[in-house]
Amino acid sequence: MMANEEKIIIIDDEQVILDAVSKIASLERWNVDVALNAKEGLNKLSSNQYSLILSDIMMPEMDGFKLLEELYNRHIDIPVIMITGYSTVENAVKSLHKGAIDFIPKPFTFEEIASSINRGLNYRNIKVKFEEAEKCSTNDSVIYVPCPPKYKRMGYMSWVNLEYEGAAVVGVTDLFLETIEDTLMVELMEVDELLIQGSSCAKFETNDGLIHTCLAPLGGRIVERNERIFTNPSLLEKDPFFEGWLYRIIPSDIEYDMKYLNACSSDRV
Amino acid sequence: MKSQIFIKDMFTKIGLKLIVAVGLVTALIIGVYSFLNIRSQTKVLLTQAEVHANKLSDAIKNSTYSSMLLNKRDQIHEIINTIGQEPCIREIRLLNKEGMVMFSSENELIGDMVDKKAESCYACHTADEPLEKLPMKERMRIYRIHPDSARILGIINPIYNEKSCWDSDCHAHPRDQTVLGVLDVKMCLKDVDEQISDSEFSSIIFALIAIVSLSLIIGFFVRRWVGKPVNELVTATHEVSTGNLNYTIKELGNDELGILAKSFNNMTKNLAEARLQLFQSDKMASLGRLAAGVAHEINNPLTGVLTYSSFLLKRVKNNKELEEDLKVIVRETKRSREIVKSLLDFARQSVPKKHSANINEIINNAIEVVNNQLSLKHINLEEHLDSSLPKATLDANQIQQVFINLLVNAADAIGDSGGNISIDTKLISLSPHGIAQIKSAVCPKRHDLIDNEVKINGMPTIKVKVISNGNEGYINFDPIYGKHRHNYGIEIKQGKDVQVSCPKCIISLIAKDSSCPKCNSKVYEFEVPPQGMFWGCTNPECDWEKWEAVDEAGHKDFVEIKISDTGNGITKEDISRIFEPFYTTKGQKGTGLGLAVIWGIIDNHNGTINVESELGKGTTFIIHLPIKAKS
Repeated sequence: MMANEEKIIIIDDEQVILDAVSKIASLERWNVDVALNAKEGLNKLSSNQYSLILSDIMMPEMDGFKLLEELYNRHIDIPVIMITGYSTVENAVKSLHKGAIDFIPKPFTFEEIASSINRGLNYRNIKVKFEEAEKCSTNDSVIYVPCPPKYKRMGYMSWVNLEYEGAAVVGVTDLFLETIEDTLMVELMEVDELLIQGSSCAKFETNDGLIHTCLAPLGGRIVERNERIFTNPSLLEKDPFFEGWLYRIIPSDIEYDMKYLNACSSDRV
Repeated sequence: MKSQIFIKDMFTKIGLKLIVAVGLVTALIIGVYSFLNIRSQTKVLLTQAEVHANKLSDAIKNSTYSSMLLNKRDQIHEIINTIGQEPCIREIRLLNKEGMVMFSSENELIGDMVDKKAESCYACHTADEPLEKLPMKERMRIYRIHPDSARILGIINPIYNEKSCWDSDCHAHPRDQTVLGVLDVKMCLKDVDEQISDSEFSSIIFALIAIVSLSLIIGFFVRRWVGKPVNELVTATHEVSTGNLNYTIKELGNDELGILAKSFNNMTKNLAEARLQLFQSDKMASLGRLAAGVAHEINNPLTGVLTYSSFLLKRVKNNKELEEDLKVIVRETKRSREIVKSLLDFARQSVPKKHSANINEIINNAIEVVNNQLSLKHINLEEHLDSSLPKATLDANQIQQVFINLLVNAADAIGDSGGNISIDTKLISLSPHGIAQIKSAVCPKRHDLIDNEVKINGMPTIKVKVISNGNEGYINFDPIYGKHRHNYGIEIKQGKDVQVSCPKCIISLIAKDSSCPKCNSKVYEFEVPPQGMFWGCTNPECDWEKWEAVDEAGHKDFVEIKISDTGNGITKEDISRIFEPFYTTKGQKGTGLGLAVIWGIIDNHNGTINVESELGKGTTFIIHLPIKAKS
C-alpha cells in the first residue's frame, strides 16, 4: 500500500532496536536505513532522501533533542518520531515541543510502532502535497484545515482553547485526523479522570486495525466530554476545531503546561 | 579517653585560674586588713603599758615624797626595793641633779654617775639648756639591752623643786633650782610583746583560713556553675564533631551557659534536620538516576522481546496454540513495561502534576483502599477532618499514595492486637520567616545591592559596605528572611559605631531615627522592589529583621495532616533514618522505599513531613502542604 520509494531512517545506539524496527518495516514493505548514533544518522541524511526519521533520545555524544536542533539548523524538513526508554511525560512533551511529530515509549509493540510510522509517512505525504499546492497556488483544494489562530497546539496532534472562567477545551487537529485516515472507533477517557500533558488522552482505531494514540495537550480534570462524537463520529472530521471537540477540562497547572504549547497563530505566517 | 583527659585539663585550667585569682585578691585584702589590725592593737597595748608605767612612776614619786622631805633615806630605799621586787619592774633609780644614782633597786649601782648622754637623760639634755618640762610621750623610751632580750620601757619622772623642799629643816635644796632629780623606772615589756605576737599569730591564722576557705567555696561554685556546664558543652561539641547530631545537652538552668546549651541544642537539631534533608535529596537524586538508568537499560532489551513477540504474533494467525503462547509473552512483557514505568514514577523523576483538589476527599479515597485491611486487624479509625479546608493545589494521585502508605505503615505498627489510628486535618498558617527570599535589593540611589558572586546556600546575597571601629569591609546578608546566615567580611563589635553603606555610591543605609527593638542597636535598611523596605539589626549577635510587605502578606496557609497510631513506636535511631531509601525495619517484608517516596512527594509539593514517636505508645506523622503551589 505504501510506495516503495518511502525510506525510513532509524537512529538508536541499541542494535536490537534497529533490528526489531527493520523487521517490522520489512513486513510492512518499508525501506529502512539504520544508524547507531546521531552523527552517522546526520551523514546519511545529507546523502540520501528519507521520508521519516525515528530517533532515540538518550544516546552518547549527541542526544535526540540535539539532533532535533541540528535538523532545524540544517533546514531538514523530515518528520521525526522520538523513541525512548526513558519514558517520562516530560520527555514526551519536550519532544513534541522541540518539533518531533510523535513520541513512542520503549518497549513498544508491533502495532504501536507500526501505527506511528504509518502516521508519520502520511504526515510527510500531506506536507509534501501541501507545499506543492502552495507552489501552484491552486487554492481550490484544501489539504487540511489549520487550527484557529487563538488556539494553542501540542505538536501537530492536539489543540487547546482557553475559555472564560478558567476552563479549557481540548481536541485533536485536522492534520492528525488526516494522518490516521478513516477513523472507525474513538475511545475517550471518563469525566472526572485526570488528563496529564504528554500522556495518552484518546485512541482512534482505524480500518487497518491500527490504534492511534493522541497525547493530551494540557493537564487537568475532565469536567465534560463530547458525547456527540460517539453518536456522530463524522463530527470529528467535519469540524475538528469546534463541534468535534473532545474534552472540557479544569487545567491543573496551566502556567507550567503552557510553556510547551505552540501558538497556532504562528503557523500562518 | 584522650579527649576526656583533655576536657579535665581544660576544666582544671579554668577552675585553677579562677581559684588562684580569687585567692590572691582575698590574700591581699585580708593581709592589709590584718596588718592594720595588728598595728592598731600594738599601739593600744603600748599606750596601755605607757599609762601604766607613768602611773607607777607617779606612785613611786608620791610614796617617797614624805620620806624625801624628812630625808629618811632608809625608807626611800625600802620603798624602792619593795616596788623593785615586782617581777615586771627591771629597775627603779633616783638620780640627783648631777646624775649620781642616789637610790636604786639594784644596790650595787648606787653612787654611779650617769653620763648626760645616757639614753635616759637624752630627752632633756640634747639641747644646750636642759628642758625642765617634758610631755609624757617624750619621757618614754623603749629599747632592748641586746637584740635577743625582751623590750624594755623606761620612763623618767623629774622631781621638781617646791616650797617644802627649800623650807625643810634637814637639808634645804637651794630655792633657785627647778629640777632636783629624776626618778627613772624601767619596766620590761615581755607581757605586752607576748600579747602582740599572740594577736599577730591569730591574725595570720585567720587570714590563712579565710583565704583557703574562700578559695574552696569559690572553687566549688566555679566547678558547679562553670566547670560542669562547660564540661557538658565540651562533651557535646565533641559528640557533634564526631557526627552525632542527636546528642542533646540536658537542662543547664537559665544562666548564660544554660542559654548557650539551649541554643546549642537548637543548633544541632537544625543541623540534624538540614543534614537529613540534604541526605534525602541526595539519596532521592541518586535513586532517580538509578531508576532512570535501570529503566533505560531494561527498556531496550524489553523492546526486543516485545517487538519480536508481537511481530511473531502477527505471523502465526493460523496457529492457535502458538498464538496463545505468544500472547502470554506479549502480555507479560507489557507487565514488565508497567513495572519499569512505575519504578520511574516511584523515583519521582516526573514533577507532580498538580491541580486543585480537596485533601479530605483524597484521604477518604485512601481510607477506602485500606479499610478492609484495617478492619481485619481490629483497628479503629478516627477521622477528624476539617470540612472547611480550602482546596489545595497538588497531585491527587501522589498525595493519595502518601496517605495509603502511611495508613498501611500505621496498621503494620499496630499489629494484629488491634488499636487506633486517627487522621486529623486542619488549616494552619506558618510564618514567612525562614521561607521568603530577597530577590532584589537597591540603595536609595537605585544601585543594585544583589551580589551574585557570594552565595549563601546557593542564593545570591545582598552586599553592603561597612565601616566599623575604623575598619572597612563588606557584609553579605542572607537573602532568606529570618535565617540570618550573614557572611561577615569584617568584624563588628556590639555597641561600636557601625556605618553601613551602598558599595557603589557610599550612601548610608543606616535607618535614621530608629533602632532595633530587640537590642537597641543601629538598624540598616534597603528597598526590596517591589516588596517595600527591609530592615535588619547591625548587631551580629541580634537576629532582628523586618520585612513588612512579606509580614503583611502574612503567614502562608498550609494544610496540616496528622496521622497517629497506637502502635509500637519508632526508636530514636530509626527515626533519624526512616526517610532514607532502602532503610527498612520490616526485614524482608518491606523494600525500604515507601517513606522515601513519601518524603520525595511531599518535598516536590514544597511541603514538609515530620515524625514524632514514643516507644510503646505510638507514632504521629505530621504533614504540612501549602495551599497554593509555587508558580
